[in-house]
Amino acid sequence: MHVESKLRKPLITGGKTLKDVSEDICKRVEGKPSLMWYAAMIISNITLVVGAYAVYRTLWDGIGMWGLNKTVMWAWDITNFVWWVGIGHAGTLISAILLLFRQRWRMAINRSAEAMTIFAVICAAMFPLLHMGRLWIGLIWVLPLPNTYGSLWVNFASPLLWDVFAITTYFSVSLVFWYIGLIPDFATIRDRAKRAGRKISAFIYGVLSFGWDGAAKTWSRYETVSLVLAGLATPLVLSVHTIVSMDFATSVIPGWHTTIFPPYFVAGAIFSGFAMVLTLLIITRRVYNLEDYITIKHLELMNIVIIVTGSIVGIAYLTELFMAWYSGVEYEQYAFYNRVTGPYWWAYWSMMTCNVISPQLFWFKKIRTNIAATFIISIIVNIGMWFERFVIIVTSLHRDFLPSSWAMFYPTIYDVGMYLFTFGLFFTAFLAFSKYFPVINMAEVKSILKHTGEKK
Amino acid sequence: MSKGNKTYWKGIEQLKNDPSFVKNAQNEFPEFLPIKGSSNNSRRDFLKMMGFGIAAVSTVACEAPVKYAIPHVDKPVDLDPSLANYYASTYTMGSDYCSVVVKTREGRPIKIDGNKFSKVSVGCTSSQVESSVLSLYDKQRLVSPMLDNKETTWSELDKYVKRKLSSETSRKKYIVSHSINSPSTHDVIKLFCEKHNAVHIQYDNISYNGMLDANFEHYGKRKLPSYDFSKADVVVSFGYDFLGGSFNHNLFNKQFTERRVVHRDNREMSRLYTFEPNLSLTGANSDNRIPTKSSLYPIYLSELWNILSSKIGKNVFAKYKPPIIKYDSSKKSLINLDILEKVADDLVENIGRSLIVSDSNNKSVQLLVNLINEQLGNYGKTINVNNSYNIRNGDDKIFNQFESDILQGDISTLIFLNCNPVYDNFKISKLKDQLDSVSLKISTSDRIDETSILCDVIAPDSHFLESWNDHEPVENSFSFAQPTINRIFDTRQHQDNFLIWSDQKISYFNFIKNNWRNKQKLSNSDEPFQIFWDKLLYDGVAEFIPEKNKNENPLPNPNKFLKNINTDINSLIDSIETSSNEFELNIYQNLTVSDGIQANNPWLQEMPDPISKVCWDNYISVNPKDANKLNIQTDAGTMSTNILTLTLDGSSHDIPAIIQPGQAEGTVGLALGYGRILAGPVGDNVGFDAYSLLSSKSSTQNLTISKVKLSNSGKTYRIAQTQTHETIMARESVIQETTLEEYKKNPSAGKYQFKVATSKGKKKPEEVTLWNGHEYKNHHWVMSIDLNACTGCGSCVIACQVENNIPVVGKEEVLNRREMAWLRIDRYYSSDADVDDLQGLEIAAENPEVTFQPMMCQHCNNAPCETVCPVAATTHSSEGLNQMTYNRCIGTRYCANNCPYKVRRFNWFKYHDNAQFDKNIAMNNDLGKMVLNPDVTVRSRGVMEKCSFCVQKIQEGKLLAKSEKRRLRDGDVKMACGTACSTNAITFGDVNDVNSKIRKKLQVEKIDKATLKLKEERAYAVLDEIRVSPNVWYLRKVRNKNNV
Repeated sequence: MHVESKLRKPLITGGKTLKDVSEDICKRVEGKPSLMWYAAMIISNITLVVGAYAVYRTLWDGIGMWGLNKTVMWAWDITNFVWWVGIGHAGTLISAILLLFRQRWRMAINRSAEAMTIFAVICAAMFPLLHMGRLWIGLIWVLPLPNTYGSLWVNFASPLLWDVFAITTYFSVSLVFWYIGLIPDFATIRDRAKRAGRKISAFIYGVLSFGWDGAAKTWSRYETVSLVLAGLATPLVLSVHTIVSMDFATSVIPGWHTTIFPPYFVAGAIFSGFAMVLTLLIITRRVYNLEDYITIKHLELMNIVIIVTGSIVGIAYLTELFMAWYSGVEYEQYAFYNRVTGPYWWAYWSMMTCNVISPQLFWFKKIRTNIAATFIISIIVNIGMWFERFVIIVTSLHRDFLPSSWAMFYPTIYDVGMYLFTFGLFFTAFLAFSKYFPVINMAEVKSILKHTGEKK
Repeated sequence: MSKGNKTYWKGIEQLKNDPSFVKNAQNEFPEFLPIKGSSNNSRRDFLKMMGFGIAAVSTVACEAPVKYAIPHVDKPVDLDPSLANYYASTYTMGSDYCSVVVKTREGRPIKIDGNKFSKVSVGCTSSQVESSVLSLYDKQRLVSPMLDNKETTWSELDKYVKRKLSSETSRKKYIVSHSINSPSTHDVIKLFCEKHNAVHIQYDNISYNGMLDANFEHYGKRKLPSYDFSKADVVVSFGYDFLGGSFNHNLFNKQFTERRVVHRDNREMSRLYTFEPNLSLTGANSDNRIPTKSSLYPIYLSELWNILSSKIGKNVFAKYKPPIIKYDSSKKSLINLDILEKVADDLVENIGRSLIVSDSNNKSVQLLVNLINEQLGNYGKTINVNNSYNIRNGDDKIFNQFESDILQGDISTLIFLNCNPVYDNFKISKLKDQLDSVSLKISTSDRIDETSILCDVIAPDSHFLESWNDHEPVENSFSFAQPTINRIFDTRQHQDNFLIWSDQKISYFNFIKNNWRNKQKLSNSDEPFQIFWDKLLYDGVAEFIPEKNKNENPLPNPNKFLKNINTDINSLIDSIETSSNEFELNIYQNLTVSDGIQANNPWLQEMPDPISKVCWDNYISVNPKDANKLNIQTDAGTMSTNILTLTLDGSSHDIPAIIQPGQAEGTVGLALGYGRILAGPVGDNVGFDAYSLLSSKSSTQNLTISKVKLSNSGKTYRIAQTQTHETIMARESVIQETTLEEYKKNPSAGKYQFKVATSKGKKKPEEVTLWNGHEYKNHHWVMSIDLNACTGCGSCVIACQVENNIPVVGKEEVLNRREMAWLRIDRYYSSDADVDDLQGLEIAAENPEVTFQPMMCQHCNNAPCETVCPVAATTHSSEGLNQMTYNRCIGTRYCANNCPYKVRRFNWFKYHDNAQFDKNIAMNNDLGKMVLNPDVTVRSRGVMEKCSFCVQKIQEGKLLAKSEKRRLRDGDVKMACGTACSTNAITFGDVNDVNSKIRKKLQVEKIDKATLKLKEERAYAVLDEIRVSPNVWYLRKVRNKNNV
């Protein structure tokens, strides 16, 4: 008999048993990948290689390969950086904050969301690294390492240094958190491989699972560690993007120099992160037939988060305009006047349409439970969030204080190439993950199965 | 061993006296070392080792480049490595002259400064002079003499030339040159001319024929007089760009701005009216600028004469009954009579304290200018005809004779003396196909250029920095040139050629010396000649004014000229056409490439034009209304514009256009000096050759060409500009200005004081700052820039480039907006729009007021760049400098983004030793690199750079003071920009030094934690409200407008 809670709808549909769960998830890892997967992998690899050429030229010839100039010294590089970091936010939010809030619906999606976080942060980190004029020494000198230069220290006042700390901390905690979660599932695959006599697979997953034995004590430790890491990761959700926003907020440039940036950036990051998770999950559930695990309910809940954060972002945009007017500072006023009506008006209005107007459609239940609509809007939101960073960075810089230096920014093919490179990197990594790693946290999903949908 | 004696031991083994040690102690060398030759190494191994060794050694030798650094075995007394030596010398290029001091390091000239002793060039340098040091290291220069396009030796060449010279005696021989102001050179040429019966003819790239002829007719002296703008209360210029394109404009800049700098105790300044078609530097600095066609000058001047005659008839000309110039009165409506009335009123009020100048090359017009000046009593006051110039003496009319001679094939020998007339002479350029009949053509050009390629003999002249010479730029004022480096190539001074070819057995150096030996006798000096001579060379300049010349010549009766003028002027006025679809083209000389002689100099090519900020191109400047009619589409973002088709006398030329506010309607402008085809890789095919448009039919060079048809070809073209936004957008914290009227009432007029609203009322930014302030205990370096003195000429920009090894990036990179200038001059146009109309403010007024603002690192006390650098590569010094440590920089570029003044420059590429940047010749070949300042690092790719306040010069000054065991004195440290500035707009010094100029200039009252309290009302800091607390102060601009 199938028992359903009267209060809550089941999180996993299709009347799955514990065995079904293991079977459904593990067969992706154990079986041969589909043609679709191969096709996607080839496209990702081509993108990666094409992008790598742009990286090579940038490293070999210099940052001059990009479209930057004496006035706009950051553009696509930092836009892409903030965009990817923003995307990388959803993972931690889902796994840490929702874990603390005991939101069990997160269990079906946290694995892929976290994977996405890891890969997005790697992609993001590419830009601050590659945008440096002298990467080969910058890589070492931004770290506060003991040295023989009469102990020359880094500048702790610089928000770029805080960035280094924020990103590395976030990345390491996310990675550890994600990996700890993977251990029981690796053990499942290992055990299945052993039983099926696939020795190589058993060995590899055996190593990866750190000799997980499934004992009650191990489980208890596992859960404690998860909780501790969730506690550690929670402030990071807020700190990373707060610090990224300080890259701008601590400056003197009108349009950057605003105290609203930390909450505004964090909301924007969650907004874009959820949109990206949605985009990826809609594809994954379809390709891997995981509709019973990642249900419409999941998508709807995430869409609600998008309405909330999208509205916060919208209010932030309007607040910025109001503050510019209310401040009475002519430079501030001009910066926003120029944003709305200047040469980059199209970027501003793309941002407004994509980020403020499109998510409001999710107030309609029909739309927020419609997969196609969700997919389209999730992509629109990601485009909008890219424009948001572009607007903040480029429109503020291109016309700042002295009109003599006003200039336009035009990207070159190498700017595009760098962006493609990270896309190639991201999808190659994500596809590899979806093939070799269990895309859904089997151990945790099994726990909600008991509560809500166990077959008698 | 007795007790108490120390025991020394070699090792633990010896101390322990271990038996196994004792046993082997005798064998000093351990047995496992194969020293007995009993090793197993075979002969094969030996050969292998040797083979490897030789290969390794030779491989290593291949990789390490051999650098020649040959030390002096015996150090010359006056040459210390790393210490600069300075030599007084004289710049000469084309018809131009400048007394200079050349800085040499380890025997290489690396920088040219002005010679402060000179009363002619008054210690200033122009961009041309500053740049000329790179022309010395131009790889394009010929390395040896050439005979029929083959390298040869000087003795071969001399034999050939002498044979040719003596073989042809019936036909004429000509020496063609620019105006030569060297008395000894003239003597040498005279010797040659006498010997070979040759004629020496001179021309100037920009002809002053009209002015010279008018002066000759007026007072019998075919020379340009000395002007003194500092004595003129009212200056009226009819197209004469005395601040820019003129000869000796440095002096005029200095004189003019002496009367422009106001302060609390001197609230008077001169007033400048400019009537001109193109927006020139003079127009940009004038108080009232009236855009007009240059063909209308005769009406303006006649009317001015008439008004003045009626107003001051009883004054100067009472005895002559001043006549009225009668002309077709229907043409009167073409001119702006209201402003002319005002001009006349001003002139009448300032009799003897005014100056009228014009660039017209028409004798009658210039004569009228002279007469007006005479009527106003300016001769002997603002115009001095006794100390006339020798630097523009060219006579266009002689070229008529030359033309007919060459057409008849009556010339046997042509010597082109350091000139390129096929490119830049309006007559000869059209006759280049006729040169075949000349049997001996000699060029002394330093390269194969447009003229020397047609010559059978090229006798490359030495660069002026390698030469001996004397000059007399102004009568009785002398300037000397001495070599500052041994000849780099196998070149010879052209004077030596003439001496050899006229069989003189004396070198030019001794020839000059002999001349001066004779001169010394005339000057009644009784010191030994060597001392006299050494002093001449040491000072570089000297003045010998004969007694009889001290009095002014009386001027003849003006009525004599007026009759002739009347007819001439009338015919000029009658020929004025008022057709609306044809344009008047005004060809001019700009301050960058100028006459094109140094077109292969990348510093000049990349120097932005002071007005349009265009570099690497010339262009047709079009009035905005005309641009509308021609449908010219421009885009400031991509810097794209249309190419216009200019049709003149049936031939068409495609030239790009820019829309130039201030350009008179119905006129267009085009700069000379571009479109060279044989200047060298840098200057070839840059822009369009405007000389080619000059008509050879008229007897004098005429830079105004009427009946020019323009049409839009529809083709687009990208023109490189360093500044594309033209207006100031009513940003009062950037540019502050006022009018003299207001200033007289209140010196604080026009002051913009930003106040921050706080809970305790409105406060100044420094009262609410978060910063703690700084303590500069020793020095506190501060700069002030007087916007009233800066005329925007841009000498400082080039001086900075030379001093600080700033790379040239080429047109493509300027289009990408990546020029590297540490110091730029921002040029802003006024707008007619209301201050709240932000879109309207982007459009410049049709006839805008212009402001120039030199902008460089402001060395903020609270520098926003310093706080954001993650690796502390940019830091604050204990003397208020914002320092850039290139070696530490990792290139995140945040500092540049956070710089409110946008003065930081990033090395996007490797600009040195990179074939992609071959135009940057100062860093891309071994010869060019000799110009680099060894005190300044050549920056690598990926690092940020910016103005350092010439920190190397500060250091040099400090070391000098230290070596002399004294405190640093004001003036020990001079910035490259400030030294080059002819108007003293830039003052630099230590405000902690109570006697410093800067302290007096800014009238520092109090220094509280590096915050200056200034009494000077005109001083302001740009962007004061963001409280970055800059150490560069600007002095508000005051305009002496006559409101019409």
